[in-house]
Amino acid sequence: MGNVLVLAEHRQGELRDISIEMLALAPSVAEALGGEVTVLLLGSGVDEMAGKIAGHGVKVLVVDDPLFADYNSDKYQKVLSALIDEYKPRLVMLGQTAQGADLAPALAVEKKLPFVPDIIGLEVEEGVIKATRQLYSGKVNAVVALKEADTGLVAVREAAFEAPDPVDAGAVEKIDSPLKEDLDYRKFVEYIEAEIGDVDITQSEILVGVGRGLKEDKNLPIAEELAELIKADLCGSRAACDAGWLSDDRQVGTSGKTVQPNLYICMGISGAFQHVAGMKGAKTVVAINKDPNAPIFAEADYAIVDDLLKVVPSLIEKLKELKG
Amino acid sequence: MKMFTCIKYVPDTSEAEVKLNAEGTGVDSSRFSYDINDADNYAVEESVLLKEKYEGDVTVVSIGPKSSDVMIRMAMAKGCDRAIRIEDERIADHDPLMVARVLAGAIKDQEFDLVFTGCMAEDYGQAVTGVALAEILGVPHAAYVKKVEVEDGKVKAHRELEGGLREVVEISLPAVLTIQTGINEPRYAPIRGIRQAQKKELKVMNLDDLGVPVEEVGADASLVVLEKLYIPVVESKAEIIEGDPDEKAEKLASILVKGGLV
Repeated sequence: MGNVLVLAEHRQGELRDISIEMLALAPSVAEALGGEVTVLLLGSGVDEMAGKIAGHGVKVLVVDDPLFADYNSDKYQKVLSALIDEYKPRLVMLGQTAQGADLAPALAVEKKLPFVPDIIGLEVEEGVIKATRQLYSGKVNAVVALKEADTGLVAVREAAFEAPDPVDAGAVEKIDSPLKEDLDYRKFVEYIEAEIGDVDITQSEILVGVGRGLKEDKNLPIAEELAELIKADLCGSRAACDAGWLSDDRQVGTSGKTVQPNLYICMGISGAFQHVAGMKGAKTVVAINKDPNAPIFAEADYAIVDDLLKVVPSLIEKLKELKG
Repeated sequence: MKMFTCIKYVPDTSEAEVKLNAEGTGVDSSRFSYDINDADNYAVEESVLLKEKYEGDVTVVSIGPKSSDVMIRMAMAKGCDRAIRIEDERIADHDPLMVARVLAGAIKDQEFDLVFTGCMAEDYGQAVTGVALAEILGVPHAAYVKKVEVEDGKVKAHRELEGGLREVVEISLPAVLTIQTGINEPRYAPIRGIRQAQKKELKVMNLDDLGVPVEEVGADASLVVLEKLYIPVVESKAEIIEGDPDEKAEKLASILVKGGLV
């Protein structure tokens, strides 16, 4: 059998986008393997979510049980393990997310599955499943083949594929939970919402973003002066926030904020996919970076390959002259 | 509290051009500068902070070449007590499940309360080793940890989720935590620590010393095959602004002002 089992992901009552994004890949892979796509949804009171997924023309298996109200690696692993034994899917797909990366490696070890994490491409060549993934922050791509096995496992990068439009109604089937009682190996305690800072960068018209290329916090005034001059707010990459140059609420990316300014000037930011995913909504992007191959240039409208510490002070002077 | 902290020696490619080697089987690493993986640096700090708070000791475990001893000594200078460096060419080190098995071989027969890893390595970016290690050791785990609270044989781990949200989970010890960057402020090694680190034990072991059969961690054991590497083309629609830094700045200023962007 060449069936593909896709694990849907949801949080706080919302289906997460990755669940549908994976359906951009799954049908063609299932077809090449001679099987069908089934989406597995574990949750509590998730009829609406199940309907939404089924609207993409796939079969949805639902385990509806209060035990699955919140994600729990231990319970998810038990259920997936049991369903892999029962349904023997040729391939299991889940998201390379805070959830998927917390779950997939343990499942791969337990079930001895060929496993490729964080994939950005998936093909079947002469019956062999091959995944494409990135190394060195996107500077090298690798094609990784899964050795022959009953079941393989891949974790799909978020926002790497466009979610397909709904097509027609598939079927929803409720199944009994393979988990008969709660487990106390790991306990979900609570969610803690992000702290709200002094500025909401998701609403900013102009943003100046800084990354690792700023080198040290004594260079921050360069970015601050530019931002003040053009009435922009400051934001940054994970590296800039980790270094303490900016508070965490100024972080742009998958684990921070999604921004949509008219103008985004990013300096010393290499453009790791996590950052890029948070800035896709920017209308005009100016990128300044020393490395001509920095992935950020793929997102840019205007590109300057140079040292920001040389260009930006000069830019400030020129802007002052022009703006009087 | 007995702790193990797993670290990796990785090239800094953030501003470096990466090229493939002549055979196309790996990257040309001759011009890279190497240091501790960023997330692992935070893992070292977190283990040393817990050691200072609860007493105990930290053993560093790393798979890597002799040149990585300088990184290992630095971790010991910051407060880790001893180290095991595993060097063996037979390890299929592109596969994090094999790497996790080797690390488990160094830890499994010893007493431990917590094992730390970075949540992801900058070079291969797989975010797999720590969670796989927990499964092999048969202990609970939490990934992408941004805060650690230990009490009564349990640990409350604050996991970083998407969009700035955090999830608090409670797991019992012993456990494996994969540490996210930004959890703490990694210290600089004090001079005294650097001197002391030279006297601390750094054991170099291979698979035979660890008692890990090559059949379990070599290329044949790995269930994935690295078929091909290639350099992706960065397709940019950007207008490239040329000139010396001042000329570039002047042209950009003009574009921004005349285009009504600022």
